[in-house]
Amino acid sequence: MTDKNQDIDQETGVETTGHDWDGIKELNNPLPRWWLWCFYLTIVWGIGYVIAYPAWPLVNGATAGLLGYSTRAEVATEIARFDDLNADLRTALAAADMTTLGEDQDLQRFAVAGGAAVFRANCSQCHGSGANGAKGYPNLLDDDWLWGGDIETIVYSIRHGIRNELDDDAHYSQMPAFGEILETEEISALVQHVRSLSGAEYDAGLAATGADLFLENCSDCHGETGLGDREQGAPNLADAIWLYGGDPATLEQTITYSRFGVMPPWGTRQVNAVAAYVHQLGGGE
Amino acid sequence: MGFLNKHQILERSPTLLLVASFLVVSIGGIVEIAPLFYLENTIEKVEGVRPYSPLELTGRDIYVREGCYNCHSQMIRPMRDEVERYGHYSLAAESMYDHPFQWGSKRTGPDVARVGGRYSDAWHVDHLSDPQSVVPESIMPKYSFLSDVAIDGKYVQDLLETHRMVGVPYTDEMIDNAQADFAAQADPDSDWDDLVARYPKAVISNFDGQALLTEMDALIAYLQMLGTLVDFSTFTPDASR
Repeated sequence: MTDKNQDIDQETGVETTGHDWDGIKELNNPLPRWWLWCFYLTIVWGIGYVIAYPAWPLVNGATAGLLGYSTRAEVATEIARFDDLNADLRTALAAADMTTLGEDQDLQRFAVAGGAAVFRANCSQCHGSGANGAKGYPNLLDDDWLWGGDIETIVYSIRHGIRNELDDDAHYSQMPAFGEILETEEISALVQHVRSLSGAEYDAGLAATGADLFLENCSDCHGETGLGDREQGAPNLADAIWLYGGDPATLEQTITYSRFGVMPPWGTRQVNAVAAYVHQLGGGE
Repeated sequence: MGFLNKHQILERSPTLLLVASFLVVSIGGIVEIAPLFYLENTIEKVEGVRPYSPLELTGRDIYVREGCYNCHSQMIRPMRDEVERYGHYSLAAESMYDHPFQWGSKRTGPDVARVGGRYSDAWHVDHLSDPQSVVPESIMPKYSFLSDVAIDGKYVQDLLETHRMVGVPYTDEMIDNAQADFAAQADPDSDWDDLVARYPKAVISNFDGQALLTEMDALIAYLQMLGTLVDFSTFTPDASR
């Protein structure tokens, strides 16, 4: 490659490197031009990128880059852009009188569509993606409500949650564990009476004993006829809709150890939308 | 190209070649390695982030052991759809006491960076024992055996000391009380005031609902604190990052 070394290979007409190994020589073909220029281009690009964008961590934080690009600013702008698109509806929904939401069709549709999306991301894990619930997690499609099915109670329940320790305004009640209060036989009798309330098969003899025990121990919350009390979140026992199960074994477990269903508080953002969605599922009052 | 042809001088003197090679490698090293020493400077100071409590740390070990990170990430990226679904994007400081971090790279299941407080303890027990009982469409395996494995925190003090060795600021007080704190966090009837003073916002609960302290307790204690330490109502992250 040096100027002195002008040994040209006879066969190809290409300059050699000048190295000679027992008569074997090496051709000195140049790198393809396109490859070489692409290589130089990547170097220039790399330097430019480091100058233009956030790059190196230094003593006082990372270099910011001349363009001032920031992923956080970008996501904030993006969120603001979508918020602004529906700003009117959002403000209206946040301030809406939820009891008369249905009168404004546009707002109702906006709330239900948005609420459905939020429900699927946050609520479906317990209440099911179709809101049909699971054992211990209420079905929201029927008209059986623990704390109330009118729109304002639904808003309150979502906002503050149920029996959680994070929100002081959460719905709260606690059924005693009757395993510590009643004898096993008494609980079996109670089970039969509770089953009789909703028209399930029951043992009439035991149920008669159970009826007295029910009046003594359970009627304060569940009502004398077992219709429940929404003030205390006491379930209606006469409607054959069971949160944990209405078979004798489950009922016995429920009465012996009690239940303590917890729902977290969900704050304020988008609560009205979720409430509107839940309310129109079928059971809303 | 006269200058480029001078490399013969370097190539014909081993000493000179060694010195020049060393020079080139040094420049490359300084450019690539030196900034890493300042990496800490890029983690913004965030109020509220604390080391894991002994029970949470044990739960974290179970999380790693069971390979939860293979399907669940702990990294909410700064993108609108993620922020809308999972909550505020993750901050570097939120995983600064993670060794190793659990950001993950694959979401077969949802991100769990802010799962703390979203569901009740009972839900976590139901869900870990039999995920399909609450989420029928889930393909997550069952982890019901966690409820059967009793743990006593016999080595939790060593665990904390090991984490201190790699830079987690556990105090002597935290380490001395490790085993007591371990048991207290899963027992609401215990005297847990000191525990909460040492680990603010620690959730005290009988997580798995049974008297025995099990791996289920530890894992749920860990899950229930994920993403809850930073109060975003009072803390505003530096917007220019």
